[in-house]
Amino acid sequence: MADCVFVVAEFRGGDFRRVSYEVASEGRKIADALGVSLYGIAVGSGVTEKAAQLGFYGVDKVFVADDPALESYVAETYVPVIASIIEQADPAAVLLPASVDGKDLSARLAARLEAGLAQDCTEVVVEDGALKAKRPIFAGKCLAWCEWAEGALPMISCRPNVMDCRDADATRQAEVETVPVEIPEARSRATGVDLDTSGKVELTEAEIIVSGGRGMKAAENFAILEELAKELGAAVGASRAAVDAGWRPHSDQVGQTGKVVNPNLYIAVGISGAIQHLAGMGSSKYIVAVNKDPEAPIFTKADYGVVEDLFKFVPAFTEEVRKMKSTC
Amino acid sequence: MNIVVLLKQTPDTESVIRIANDGQSIVTDDLKWIINPYDEFAVEAALRLKEKHGGTVTIVSCGPQRVVESIRTAMAMGADKGVLIDDPALEGADSLGVARALAAAVKELEPEIVLCGSRAVDYDQAQRGPMVAELLEWPHLGLAISLECDGSTVTIERPIEGGKVTLEADLPALVTMGGSHAVWNPRYASLPGIMKAKKKPLEVKTLADLGLDPAECGAEAAKIRIVSLEMPPERQAGRIIDDGLDTEGKAAELVRALHEEAKVI
Repeated sequence: MADCVFVVAEFRGGDFRRVSYEVASEGRKIADALGVSLYGIAVGSGVTEKAAQLGFYGVDKVFVADDPALESYVAETYVPVIASIIEQADPAAVLLPASVDGKDLSARLAARLEAGLAQDCTEVVVEDGALKAKRPIFAGKCLAWCEWAEGALPMISCRPNVMDCRDADATRQAEVETVPVEIPEARSRATGVDLDTSGKVELTEAEIIVSGGRGMKAAENFAILEELAKELGAAVGASRAAVDAGWRPHSDQVGQTGKVVNPNLYIAVGISGAIQHLAGMGSSKYIVAVNKDPEAPIFTKADYGVVEDLFKFVPAFTEEVRKMKSTC
Repeated sequence: MNIVVLLKQTPDTESVIRIANDGQSIVTDDLKWIINPYDEFAVEAALRLKEKHGGTVTIVSCGPQRVVESIRTAMAMGADKGVLIDDPALEGADSLGVARALAAAVKELEPEIVLCGSRAVDYDQAQRGPMVAELLEWPHLGLAISLECDGSTVTIERPIEGGKVTLEADLPALVTMGGSHAVWNPRYASLPGIMKAKKKPLEVKTLADLGLDPAECGAEAAKIRIVSLEMPPERQAGRIIDDGLDTEGKAAELVRALHEEAKVI
């Protein structure tokens, strides 16, 4: 009989990433539905002192693998360390973040544990003691419900920014157990880490995204979107057309070949709305479209549309946002 | 250099996806099939490695006969040969089952490096590469936006949230491709390339040919399966902000609507 649910936290730059708390919150919900404990796994360098904080989000006990050799995520070293912790128990499920590292880790770990992995899930339910998970496929053009075979270990990676995060309860510290770490011999390593410290918001985790397309006409014109994004605390995205034209880096691309995003507010500027792009941003809570072509397909998906020359409208909109912020 | 590319055939990204009558699969009748774009980046990266180091590029794929067309396309780009694992037992296999079949085929080829997409644009499982590497007991480096290889080690840049890391592995190793068309700029097949591709060797294998038992990688071995599909909630066109307002007026009204109605700013 399964005795726990595991959640794997993601630790970077001295702290847990927010998605870890979302995964812990979801794990708590599932553990309660199954009537089992919630165990956390925290791997990294210097992670011990923060580990108890996973308790704020519902974790009962955290297994900690703390070693300087685990400073950066490398699949070949992380997977055996995490697998050995999971193999000590008889889990009903393992939940992980569907972050960049989390998805990579999940896949290799699933092969090692011979588990069934549902990647990048947006919803998990427990029905008659069995798990069911929902995940977008075809970049969100369709949604798939997955179930596990009898006796299979369900692994679920959770899409950031989607699942509810509990309010931190600072009185609830998790029990911490330090695991003796045996760093496996590896033929791969991280040789450089270059973290952007400018405070730029990551697209997949952004609350608001301002995105530009072919209508932006040139790289330098994105300055007006940057300006608006700064006022809104938003991330800047781009359509494939804008990336292919070399106006924006590939990491900004939203769509089926690119990032699938789910902010509260997506402002599409000069984007006509090709099906691949609509797939990548269609689950945004609110969509605003600014385009001078009233026939642009993006307007059929937008909650609010503005038919205007973007070069006139965006600066005016930025100014209005500024006014609103100063009076709030 | 002996290079293998794992390739999946997927519906074109322009495809409209419809759910079939069984409620578990999609309608495939009218789909146009392409090489998964991320695998196409892998083909391009493999051809660049071959140009630098010499050697061969072998395409390895799982799927029905229609996949031959995509393997021929990769050959027309410059790949040398292909292996298609076509076995009805793989219908309904999960990612781990497919990875077992691919890993068995890779083992026979004894490559120094395997390249494949970090994900496929159809089912978005993002599992194949790391799983194959684990089964081969090889290191893998994920989500490459650049790739350098000197014949004994491979180095990639990997974008992560808010930055990037540089990773290195000793060969043999597997690398999954990230980035975009703008990063990899995959070449088009030339006309002579298309002519030559028709004569390049393509082996079709069953699981038994690879020494595998369908019970360990086919549908019956699947740990996870799709039980139903649903369409996402249809978005309705909302309100066009006009009301005869000028640019500033529309801007003010949009700010008001987002602040007071939607409450998102």
